[in-house]
Amino acid sequence: MAIRSFFVPFLLFVLCFYSSLCPVLSLYEDQVGLMDWHQQYIGKVKQAVFSTQKTGRRRVIVSTEENVIASLDLRHGEIFWRHLLGSNDVIDGIDIGLGKYVITLSSGGSILRSWNLPDGQLVWESFLQGPKQSKSFLLVPTNLKTEKDNEIVVFSNGRLHAVSCIDGEVLWKKDFEAESFEVQQVIKPPGSDLIYVVGFAASSQFEMYQINARNGELLKHESATLSSGFLREVSLVSSETIVALDSTGSILLTISFQNGEISFQQTPISNLYEDSAGPAVIIPSSVPGIFAIKTNAITIFIRVIGEGKLEVVEKTNHETAVSDALPISEGEQAFALIQHAGGEMHLAVKLAHDWDSNLLKESIKMDQQRGLVHKVFINNYIRTDRSHGFRVLIVMEDHSLLLLQQGLIVWSREDGLASIIDVTTSELPLERDGVSVAKVEHNLFEWLEGHMLKLKGTLMLASPEDVAAIQSMRLKSSEKSKMTRDHNGFRKLLVVLTRAGKLFALHTGDGRIVWSHLLRSLHKSEACQSPIGLNLYQWQVPHHHAMDENPSVLVVSRCGPSSDAPGVLSFVDTYTGKELSSLSLAHAATQVIPLPYTDSTEQRLHLLIDSDKHAHLYPKTSEALNIFKREFSNIYWYSVEGHNGIIKGHALKCKCTGKVADEFCFDTRELWSVVFPSESEKIIATVTRKLNEVVHTQAKVIADQDVMYKYISKNVLFVATVAPKGSGEIGSVTPEESWLVAYLIDTVTGRILHRVTHHGAQGPVHAVFSENWVVYHYFNLRAHRYEMSVIEIYDQSRADNKDVWKLVLGKHNLTSPISLFSRPEVITKSQSYFFTHSVKAIAVTSTAKGITSKQLLIGTIGDQVLALDKRFLDPRRSVNPTQAEKEEGIIPLTDSLPIIPQSYVTHALRVEGLRGIVTVPAKLESTTLVFAHGVDLFFTQLAPSRTYDSLTEDFNYALLLITIVALVAAIFVTWRLSERKELQEKWR
Amino acid sequence: MKSVKVIVSFVLTLSLFSFPSSGFQSDELLLDDEEFGLEGSPRPRSPEPILTRSPPVTAPTRKRHSDLDSDSKIQFSLEHAFGDSDFSPAGTFSARLKTWSHGGQTLTKLRFSRNSFTDEDKEKFKNLLKSDDFYRIRIPSNVLNPPGRDFVISSVKARCLPREGLDEHFVIHMEGINVLAVNYGSPGSCPYPRNLKLPAKWSFNSHTVLKNSEQAPRAPVFTEEILGGENAEGEVVPPPERSFWAKYWMYLIPLGLIVMNAVTQAMNMPEEQATGQGQPGAVQRGPSPAARRR
Repeated sequence: MAIRSFFVPFLLFVLCFYSSLCPVLSLYEDQVGLMDWHQQYIGKVKQAVFSTQKTGRRRVIVSTEENVIASLDLRHGEIFWRHLLGSNDVIDGIDIGLGKYVITLSSGGSILRSWNLPDGQLVWESFLQGPKQSKSFLLVPTNLKTEKDNEIVVFSNGRLHAVSCIDGEVLWKKDFEAESFEVQQVIKPPGSDLIYVVGFAASSQFEMYQINARNGELLKHESATLSSGFLREVSLVSSETIVALDSTGSILLTISFQNGEISFQQTPISNLYEDSAGPAVIIPSSVPGIFAIKTNAITIFIRVIGEGKLEVVEKTNHETAVSDALPISEGEQAFALIQHAGGEMHLAVKLAHDWDSNLLKESIKMDQQRGLVHKVFINNYIRTDRSHGFRVLIVMEDHSLLLLQQGLIVWSREDGLASIIDVTTSELPLERDGVSVAKVEHNLFEWLEGHMLKLKGTLMLASPEDVAAIQSMRLKSSEKSKMTRDHNGFRKLLVVLTRAGKLFALHTGDGRIVWSHLLRSLHKSEACQSPIGLNLYQWQVPHHHAMDENPSVLVVSRCGPSSDAPGVLSFVDTYTGKELSSLSLAHAATQVIPLPYTDSTEQRLHLLIDSDKHAHLYPKTSEALNIFKREFSNIYWYSVEGHNGIIKGHALKCKCTGKVADEFCFDTRELWSVVFPSESEKIIATVTRKLNEVVHTQAKVIADQDVMYKYISKNVLFVATVAPKGSGEIGSVTPEESWLVAYLIDTVTGRILHRVTHHGAQGPVHAVFSENWVVYHYFNLRAHRYEMSVIEIYDQSRADNKDVWKLVLGKHNLTSPISLFSRPEVITKSQSYFFTHSVKAIAVTSTAKGITSKQLLIGTIGDQVLALDKRFLDPRRSVNPTQAEKEEGIIPLTDSLPIIPQSYVTHALRVEGLRGIVTVPAKLESTTLVFAHGVDLFFTQLAPSRTYDSLTEDFNYALLLITIVALVAAIFVTWRLSERKELQEKWR
Repeated sequence: MKSVKVIVSFVLTLSLFSFPSSGFQSDELLLDDEEFGLEGSPRPRSPEPILTRSPPVTAPTRKRHSDLDSDSKIQFSLEHAFGDSDFSPAGTFSARLKTWSHGGQTLTKLRFSRNSFTDEDKEKFKNLLKSDDFYRIRIPSNVLNPPGRDFVISSVKARCLPREGLDEHFVIHMEGINVLAVNYGSPGSCPYPRNLKLPAKWSFNSHTVLKNSEQAPRAPVFTEEILGGENAEGEVVPPPERSFWAKYWMYLIPLGLIVMNAVTQAMNMPEEQATGQGQPGAVQRGPSPAARRR
């Protein structure tokens, strides 16, 4: 009996023990995709070229504002291949040459590349130089063939090049060196060997160059002067006519240069359209015979008939977008026109010379959250009945890309997610009656089947098909994509703000979009011409009380690029994605400070600092004001003026004076300032601790049973400055004239707690601050390597609290309030190490209680995320650690930080264009959620010290259950048997 | 009454610090910038210049040239403000400007002379103490052509200063002839909540520290390790070797229990054989029912 009763818990214990031993530092192949997801995007499409002539795969080549060239499947919208060019390699134009090369012009027209169309391999690359900056144009004329080659005509940097399509060799070039000449169009009329280069010189002179396309010879140069000047945009209406506006924007100029003769026709807009008031702008397009102008939100389409005569064909006040012309047959060109009317979108495809009839007219119901159409690209195909069919690719206001065909949206891509500005998280609703729960109800049979399969897998009886089935079952596990809060806190909503001004909520389980909302406040309007989204803050996080409220986020944006433009606040419910309210502020929002106080509905108090250094309190309720007044004298903040190298500290003074009585506005005063000498130091990085970071313990027990107290203050700022000379590219200065100074500054009193100079070091500096340490990454010019340094800061004023008796008797100062006005007694320890990679972003894991050890998450230049244990960046490392130090976990000192291939969090994937890494604690202490974003998105769960507090995902509960049942049954059977036996023996 | 008190404190100050020439208290402290925690007592003036730390750009050979370097005396002023009032002069820093042969300039031998508070100042300061407001000071950010680009400002809650007299502590962070920042406060702690306490005497007890930047430690370079320990570096650090007990305790405990159980069984067996009717089968089949038997 004793053995039996012992055995059951023992078995259970052993089972639990082994299941928790699973290593989490690296993944097994079949664990990929279980907890992580990866999404690929391309960004807002700038230009699209269709490749549908051949019968192979239909595709569209696009270039985007994220500097991506991609080949998309026209049927499904998937990416065949894509290339991310560098951030300073902006794409100016793309085209297809010889039907099999994708030609791209980038970097202000100085790099011309050719990519293989089917697989995206680079074929050749040419560098095109020129005498001066200018607009750049890329033309791939189809008719300019010499033998098997095709000429590419490129105008860039004030020079016209003809480049061979086969090998990128420059065939001829022609300079346009006239000082003030600004090229506006490069035109290659079809069917002739001429190239026209037209532009303006000295703001009132029109210049035309006629060039032989075969050899670059200048055939003719004409110029004409117009006293009223020109606006810069022109519209090409035929191969020998362009339309421009005069400098007042009220007279249309039709300029034709037929046979090299320039002739002007002036037509005041008021002749065409009586109600025109205010200047007009030309909408750039290239539809033969037709152009569009916009005045007072009214779009006017004008046809050019014959000798510069103009005729209005349509006026509309709907938002409109026009595609370029597409030749469909001999002499016929079609173009697409999209107009918004209410919730519907009208697509019309017309022939260029025939405005009144439509080749195609469709109405498409469009999601309001996608906003207006920004760009239209048209493509044709032959229908089954041999007539012309058209499909259009449209780019919406939220940067999404859609393909329309036969009145339907064939596919859509949410490419706004390629340009995330800010990320925050929100909890999901609690699971309770009435809350909609995603499809989780299995029937019993499925459940049993699944577990039988798992059991087979565990017992190694599974066939390959079964293994595949198990894998797909694990990946699709509906448990992780439920719309309710889970016990471990793994399921959350990632609320992201994109550059298009759209908010998305992504589910952490599978990365799907739960809701998306195009912010009304970020729409262009009369009051706010170019709104820019800035930041996201958690406005309301209900937990203790006010549980019935939905959580909400605050979106801070401003009207216009300058920092003193008025701000706009919007509040968005994170469960539904509805915009609760929005406020147009009278003041700017240069700085937003979330205060650590909440009101009775769990709304967080926020302080907005405007450009005149007034502080404004939000929410504007009297309750918030009362809470705020209680803490009035304890609120300090700092401002960094990067351009003139001054950091200032501020405190609140009193109510705003002078202006209208506003009890939520406060004057501030300057408390301290740090002035960096402009000739020797320039601020390049400032980092603080995360506001919501939790530190588990202040004490750190070191090897010899000694205690060190971490200096934990939320008010420490890390500042890195470099020599102004050394703020450029790496290698632009010698080590002697470059240095980097790292500061730790207390932001309440302005004390410099630590200051250290790295000679021969250069930026860029990436830094992360957590607990009592800061880690920063820079380039060491002397060693020609990247380096990472760690500074740890310890509090000496508490160092004498080591005596146990003192602690027992309460004679310690550990619980006394800390005032930063006391002179700090701190010591710092630091160490530097070489590091192989250059770094794009750096972050640190954060867990719910801060017990778990930390890992640094380093976004490498290869767009991967590397997890590096903080123990490698411990300033107490030494070459030969003592036995006691080894037991404590101190790693022997090496000169460089190890890069262990298994510790790539992103395993085999790449987060193209990596910009930021966000870590969010899960409720389970061992686990942290990591979200990396760039052009791609990647999400995963990390357990820096392994999952010591839970069973793994693939733990086989069925096996455990069966074992228990079997054991219980066995106990009963043996018990019965022994009973019977005993009885028999008694009867004997 | 008040004036008497003031005079008394005044006389006290004079007698304490024996500076008969002036009414204000002048302390100087020439410290190496690394010795952060050493200041406290005023030191006598030393006639020969004491070098503070050289600027980081200096080559190690600078000491040879130091006799060629030229010295000059400079002064810059300290200004103070009570709460939000305007700044007014409050004292003078004087220092020796050392020009190194390579062109760098540093300050050494910083001295500070504080103007004593006027009655008006005292009144203002008392108001600050009452309202727990800030006492602010500023010095020019460039000592050669003040104020330079801007003043560097520092402030402290006025209640942190009064002790016996008024204790103040300046840390001036220098970069050549530029003042980066001045950190001002009481030399000790300033516990929260701050209590209202008027100083016993209205004289300043000033401590000043000049600080220059420290050099960062170089990253260690182990050439031999790189040559020899190529394989050791790439590997994950192996977990420390555990003892036999630490490794196998989970097997040892049940084993021990089984043995113990068997031993108890074996102890019971003879007893059973003695009392029982001699059933060999019962012993083999299961000892536990046997143990239960009366």
